[in-house]
Amino acid sequence: MDDLLREYLPIMIFIGLVVVLGVVFIAASFFAVEQHPDAEKLSTYECGFEPFEDTRSRFDVRFYLVALLFIIFDLEVAFLFPWAVTLGDTGVFGFWSMFIFLGVLTVGFVYEWKKGALEWE
Amino acid sequence: MANFWIDWLAPFLIIVAQILAVALPVAVSVAFVVYFERKVFAAMTLRRGPNVVGPWGVLQSFADFIKIFFKETIIPTGANKVVFLAAPVVTFILAFIAWAVVPFAPGWVIADINVGILYLFAVSSLGVYGIVMAGWASNSRYPFLGALRSAAQMVSYEVSMGFVIVTVLLVVGSLNLSDIVKAQETFWFALPLFPMFIIFFISALAETNRHPFDLPEAESELVAGYQVEYSAIAFVLFFLAEYANMILMSAMTAILFLGGWLPPFDIAPFTWVPGPIWFILKIVFLLFVFVWVRATFPRYRYDQLMRLGWKVFLPFSLLWVVLTAGVLVFFDLLPQG
Repeated sequence: MDDLLREYLPIMIFIGLVVVLGVVFIAASFFAVEQHPDAEKLSTYECGFEPFEDTRSRFDVRFYLVALLFIIFDLEVAFLFPWAVTLGDTGVFGFWSMFIFLGVLTVGFVYEWKKGALEWE
Repeated sequence: MANFWIDWLAPFLIIVAQILAVALPVAVSVAFVVYFERKVFAAMTLRRGPNVVGPWGVLQSFADFIKIFFKETIIPTGANKVVFLAAPVVTFILAFIAWAVVPFAPGWVIADINVGILYLFAVSSLGVYGIVMAGWASNSRYPFLGALRSAAQMVSYEVSMGFVIVTVLLVVGSLNLSDIVKAQETFWFALPLFPMFIIFFISALAETNRHPFDLPEAESELVAGYQVEYSAIAFVLFFLAEYANMILMSAMTAILFLGGWLPPFDIAPFTWVPGPIWFILKIVFLLFVFVWVRATFPRYRYDQLMRLGWKVFLPFSLLWVVLTAGVLVFFDLLPQG
């Protein structure tokens, strides 16, 4: 096996082990305890009445907006990771290239801010 | 047959033993962290805290665990059953697998991968999935709103957290967690990068949905957030994961800024204490701060929370990335790759 992949073997085993553990936990409790389900017990949590409408309806659009902004900035961070590690090799040139990249993004960020995308009154 | 034993089974068993040696103490320590939190919080509000089960109430968490384990697992009729049960398992998995790359001392790590910090960052980002799945699958108002808030909050603070990690990487020049700790032998990064240390810790509070940012589960408005419909062991898995994440975030802060396993001063009385003990002491200290913050600050409003994340932390940490890079480049302090 490849040495690089070998490093990840413990992680794969770890994931497998924890998946099994989680499923076993749930199953153990589910089967160890006598279940007495009834319609009221299994109804949705509310203040004494049936919910008026389905939960999966409309919700605030700003949550989408946050998700979109997050994707932009998280990608930016993903670009910064390799840049940060290799800055020792790229030096001044690397610094100015990233400076321009971040500058462009800052323009976008200022635009969002002025547009009120970050407002939660 | 002998080859099979030496080449495959023996290494496999060693890895499993290592994993258990990390995962079990983490799982058990969650019980004590819960006790620690309740006790410290009680002391700060002039109460006694748990004091009945075991000496000084030490076994309280175990009693709670056994009690909850033997409760009925309620799956609401409106819920998406598979996703509903998968959500706590996912959260539980993610809270534990991150420990695979955490170094406790030189060489004391399950998988010393060269992109350790990236792995940690990725795993802690995935934590959102468990919460969104829980909120969606419950098909109930409170969990749904709680999950939405929680997801938005976590992604907002993750961005500034990413920038903070980038500043540390600039100074270290490596993504390996052991290298990051070794780079702090002369001084801890909490000194030159002090503002980043503070931002990282506050983001960690937001990322784990802790006070003063525990809006997803603000009791007075959303009951218990995304966990409302959960009972029995499914609830325990969420609870375990939440506290395991707290410990993980403390460990991350300790590794990035407080020198991991390194003693505070490299002189006699401090060097007698072994590395892992220092590491655990730092984690305990940070957990204490978690509780201290909870006992001290009132809860943020949601708009304040988003404002702090996007309008204060994000620009500031971005600026600090540029500043750090500039200083390192122009004063010729960069680590040579």
